[in-house]
Amino acid sequence: MTSPAHNTSGHNTPSDMTALRDAVAAGTTTAESICAGMLAVTAERNTEINAFHEVFAEHALEAARRVDSDARAGRPLPPLAGMPIAIKDNVATTLGRTTCSSRMLENYRSPFDATAVERLAHAGAVVMGKTNMDEFAMGSSGEHCKWGPVRNPWDKTRVPGGSSAGSAAAVAGGMCAAAIGSDTGGSIRQPASFCGIVGLKPTYGRISRWGLVAFGSSLDQIGPMTRSVRDAALMLDVMSGIDERDSTTADRPPTELAKTVERPIEGLRVGIPRQYMSDANDSEVNAAVNAAADAYRALGATIVPVELPLTDVGISTYYVIAPAEASSNLARYDGIRYGHRAQLQPGEDLFTLYARSRSEGFGPEVQRRIMLGTYMLSSGYYDAYYKRALQVRRRIKQEFDQAFSACDVLLGPTAPTPAFGFGANSDPLAMYLCDVYTVNTNIAGICGVSIPAGFAERNGKHLPIGVQLQANAFEEDRLLRAARMLERALTATTSAHAPRV
Amino acid sequence: MPDNPHSKTAALTTAQVTHVAKLARLEVSPGRIEEYRTQLAAVLGHIAQLDAVDLAGVEPMAHPFESHNRLAADIPVEGLSIEAVLMNAPAVEGRFLAVPKVLAEGD
Repeated sequence: MTSPAHNTSGHNTPSDMTALRDAVAAGTTTAESICAGMLAVTAERNTEINAFHEVFAEHALEAARRVDSDARAGRPLPPLAGMPIAIKDNVATTLGRTTCSSRMLENYRSPFDATAVERLAHAGAVVMGKTNMDEFAMGSSGEHCKWGPVRNPWDKTRVPGGSSAGSAAAVAGGMCAAAIGSDTGGSIRQPASFCGIVGLKPTYGRISRWGLVAFGSSLDQIGPMTRSVRDAALMLDVMSGIDERDSTTADRPPTELAKTVERPIEGLRVGIPRQYMSDANDSEVNAAVNAAADAYRALGATIVPVELPLTDVGISTYYVIAPAEASSNLARYDGIRYGHRAQLQPGEDLFTLYARSRSEGFGPEVQRRIMLGTYMLSSGYYDAYYKRALQVRRRIKQEFDQAFSACDVLLGPTAPTPAFGFGANSDPLAMYLCDVYTVNTNIAGICGVSIPAGFAERNGKHLPIGVQLQANAFEEDRLLRAARMLERALTATTSAHAPRV
Repeated sequence: MPDNPHSKTAALTTAQVTHVAKLARLEVSPGRIEEYRTQLAAVLGHIAQLDAVDLAGVEPMAHPFESHNRLAADIPVEGLSIEAVLMNAPAVEGRFLAVPKVLAEGD
């Protein structure tokens, strides 16, 4: 490893953003050298990994030099001063384009920055580039991307997971200090698991969705993708808090978790849902969860068996609610005000303009989900599908509340398998079933985090395995402190291998 | 996937899928209609497992927050400029979005 992200010692190998930030503040390195190093790594690796769709090299270097000049002048540095951060391409930035990895928006330029981006920039972060994703955040592999599939830095014959594929690959590949993704049913946590990084889906309403291209409005949440739990805490602190432009943000002050994340929780109760330890999971996945449970026991925590009988029903609930909301949200792409517009032949009508623009602009998975949602919301089917799914949603939320009466956090797998090969889940339903452990977090609106916990060996390569912790709504303090305890305890295991990029 | 005898989707027909494509404003070739029919039937067949959940007396939950409307202060704020609104338009005439003729001859 040669990048500056990999050569400072201390907290973790490779260095996390907090360590880099502290090094800049202490004057032992410069923001410019960190930024230039990551740009060099990106230039070397992105052709193969395809994490970034656009890189703002000049902008990033200029912003980093401004941080260095502030540091030399002795001005106080904001919390993310000079840190190069990658932005998923469904989050609006005035820099570059915001394409959602779709032909529909291939030339779309946002006239405004998302609130999350604005807050990161305000905290001194450097917007480094836009990352590739499954089109409109619909997918679990990073394969459904207009700009080509994203590759997993640990094994380039395998997917990085999705939909925040490029963000996960960029963090794992040392191309940026941290990234943001979005998570509608696992799109931050599952790629974090596949790429060996930390991925946090905050409680619904924690971070403003202003400027996040809408997919499932009652499920979507922006979150950090980082090299460490404390980095996730720091980024959540910067991005969280009420936003007048998004009436679904929670009326709560920004979090201050970076202050508390190192503090272990005395008497922690860790619930393991019986339904999560399925024989259908790869054996290394269950082994990683068991090893995590052992680590918690060694730290004095109590392991509590809990029941979440509706776990399996989550996928069905999700694949009603998410496509229903998507079919409604994506109705705005009609080829009139922005986005792809088809060329009409003389005599063709307005309906044809709409339908052809949409069919040319959207890829097959997006069209499939629009069709599914449209069908389930259509006359005569609404009660049978949508209303029923919303009733099950309440039952799922009630089950979580019941479980959290017996424990502080839930522990289980993030995904049933490590990263799979390209094309391995070409059947749409098989792909959907990969999300079994992540969708219910979004359905209930609670918070969850995936952290690296072990490896599976496949064809001589080590593939990361993440475990997921979940906590009840607005319990991120508890969630990340519990995650930090586990991260510290598992350091020897998780630092045994690094991606061979 | 085992067949579910109570599935609402057993009868998902080509005509229904064609109708849904029209409602969704998608132009789908006949070959793709058949592909969608098979794929949607598989997903809907799986979703039929929701029928087995006991939902007696359970109210639908449309949103994780069950709070009431939050009203913004009644103070005018500046919207996007015309330039910003038009910068992504596929076709523009002066200060306006240009669209093809909406009404056919004789309408």
